[in-house]
Amino acid sequence: MAEAAPALSYEAVSRLYGGAAAVDAVTLAIPAGQFVALVGTSGSGKSTLLRMANRLEAPDGGRVLRDGVDIAGRDPVEVRRATGYSFQNVGLFPHMTVAENIRLPARLAGRPPLDVAAALERVGLPADYATRMPAQLSGGEQARVGIARALGSEAKLLLMDEPFGALDPVTRDRLGRTVRDLHDRLGLTTILVTHDMAEALLLADRVVVMAGGRVVGDASPREMLAGEAGAEAAALVAVPKEQAERLRAIGG
Amino acid sequence: MIPALAQLPPLIASHLLLASAAMGLALLIGLPLGLLAARRPRFGSVILGAASLAQTIPGLALLALFYPLLLWLSSFVGGAIPALGFLPALLALTIYALLPILRNVVAGLGGIDPAVAQAADGVGMTPGQKLRLVEIPLAAPVAMAGIRTAAVWTIGAATLATTIGYPSLGNPIFSGLQTENWSLVLAGCLGAAGLAIAVDLLLALVERGLAKRRKLPILIGAGLLAIGLAAAFAPLLAPRQQTVVVGAKNFSEQFILARLIGARLGAAGYRVSYREGLGSAVAYRALAAGDVDVYVDYAGTLWTGAMGRTDVVPRAEMLAEMAKWMAAGPKTALVGPLGFENAYALATRPGAGIASLADLAARAPTLALGADLEFLDRPEWAAIRQAYGLRFRDQRAYNPTFMYRALASGQADVISAFSSDGRIAADHLVVLSDPKQAMPRYDAVLLASPRRARDARFLAALRPLIGAIPVEAMREANYQVDRDAGKQTPDAAATWLGRAITK
Repeated sequence: MAEAAPALSYEAVSRLYGGAAAVDAVTLAIPAGQFVALVGTSGSGKSTLLRMANRLEAPDGGRVLRDGVDIAGRDPVEVRRATGYSFQNVGLFPHMTVAENIRLPARLAGRPPLDVAAALERVGLPADYATRMPAQLSGGEQARVGIARALGSEAKLLLMDEPFGALDPVTRDRLGRTVRDLHDRLGLTTILVTHDMAEALLLADRVVVMAGGRVVGDASPREMLAGEAGAEAAALVAVPKEQAERLRAIGG
Repeated sequence: MIPALAQLPPLIASHLLLASAAMGLALLIGLPLGLLAARRPRFGSVILGAASLAQTIPGLALLALFYPLLLWLSSFVGGAIPALGFLPALLALTIYALLPILRNVVAGLGGIDPAVAQAADGVGMTPGQKLRLVEIPLAAPVAMAGIRTAAVWTIGAATLATTIGYPSLGNPIFSGLQTENWSLVLAGCLGAAGLAIAVDLLLALVERGLAKRRKLPILIGAGLLAIGLAAAFAPLLAPRQQTVVVGAKNFSEQFILARLIGARLGAAGYRVSYREGLGSAVAYRALAAGDVDVYVDYAGTLWTGAMGRTDVVPRAEMLAEMAKWMAAGPKTALVGPLGFENAYALATRPGAGIASLADLAARAPTLALGADLEFLDRPEWAAIRQAYGLRFRDQRAYNPTFMYRALASGQADVISAFSSDGRIAADHLVVLSDPKQAMPRYDAVLLASPRRARDARFLAALRPLIGAIPVEAMREANYQVDRDAGKQTPDAAATWLGRAITK
């Protein structure tokens, strides 16, 4: 039996900014259903790599394939509508209610209106939030609405660019669990960009470490923790590991 | 003050009509141009620079510049473009309104949170959807602030449209300034300011509605504006009654005669409107183009101006030639002379024993001449100086008010004067006769537009004025408007004059 094409694959993809390679000949295949964390320091190219998956950026070299099809030949608007996308600054439309924000992807695609109450319930918000304006919500609530909007596209591929970046640790942890839970329940393929290795290790099936535009580590959390994913990965893993040990020492 | 205010409503309507048309055109141009400027910053800086430059041209000059420009353009299409009135005013005001609209559209679009723009792309909006669903609603409050500024500027600057023959709230301001009738000036200012404030308040309501995303203030503001505009436009839609336009240049005598003519036409069943404050060169052209139906000009002005003649001929021959010239060329009609002259003349204090320019020539070397600011440079002065060999002990230029005072106080012995000036009668001055007929004739003549030249009822209504106004009556009427104390409006003076000449 032939193996199904990966939900998303990069084939020797490069992206240049002013002559320097932000993404340097990355090849990576992500099978359907996987939860992948893209980890790296600022400027490692992880966000750029992600944004090439829904044509917010175009590669300067190589190919990006979705379900085996090169997206360079597809209408960017169609590609984006077939993708759930949320990012750090959320970007809720300030002149639309929560319900209008969540319904927007379906409205753009010409589908019947979405059940807003169910969409809010999915991300852990009460149904009466539907009529509120974004400015009336806390940062965590806005992030939840952003995720609900991303899921409103009914796409199977969910791209998340530091979606919890600006949130407090408690909210961050709760939201992370919500996303992982939704990934499992809805059968999504999820790519989460984060600079927080602990978050990556706790949520993802697979952790891809980037540095200088290249993939320098690609392994399961278990392998990462065991130090089997190379030096770069080990250096990043060392931080939360050592913090955990120190915490244990304090607590006895 | 009450009669001054009573004449405002039709002017407010026509003022609002002009300002709203200019705003509409400016929005039609400015909104897409602003969008383009925001998308292409290089192009944007060029456009904004050009709009700023246009803004530095004084409003009055901008309006005045459109007259020769349109005249020139019109010459290519056989005179089909009206160079006076609504069109030049509309174009100048539109250019004036562009800058604040452009600037705020660019600022509004530039102020959108980049995260929101990114989200719009991320959810898969087409450029058109992004514009309609995100950029326009978010930039609208800022753009609206620019539209408010533009509206207030436009309403203020529209008062200047009076000078190119479009009736606006500038009419009472300019005629009040000329006749030093301050209640008229005040009425015009109050009207324009009130209109600007009212429109600004309504637009502020719309702006607040847009900013707070509430429909009610937008509906109330836009609704009241629409009602106001509908009221201003209503007279246009009403079945058009025959309206005649009476023109006037920019001094008291012209204002009075226009009202006298208007009253007669009104009595004959015509609907009358006025175009006052026309420049001397502009007035005859407006008549030939049919923008003005009737006005009073002076024989010498037409003779040397429109007809381009330099010779001096006797009065009867001059009028006959003018009538012939009109019939052959512009098809306007010389209805007839009114009976008085408004010429340059020299005048002295009574009792000096001087009656004519010939008498004056003998005594001039011992006398001082006081002239108005223009007189010493005019061909009339050169003509009489040569004809009579005038040489004064001293000659000085004054502004008109001081010139009369200089004569009264003895600083000057002879002054230049307009022969129908009311102050001649009031100060009992002696106007010196011109036995050699060196001065051209400046008989006041009633002129009609080509269309009215064939309108028998129209001509019949005006004919009683021909030869009916003696210079003494005109002086008295002028003085009622020009004097410092107990000033009358031109309207009241016209009523007095009308009664005086029918007695």
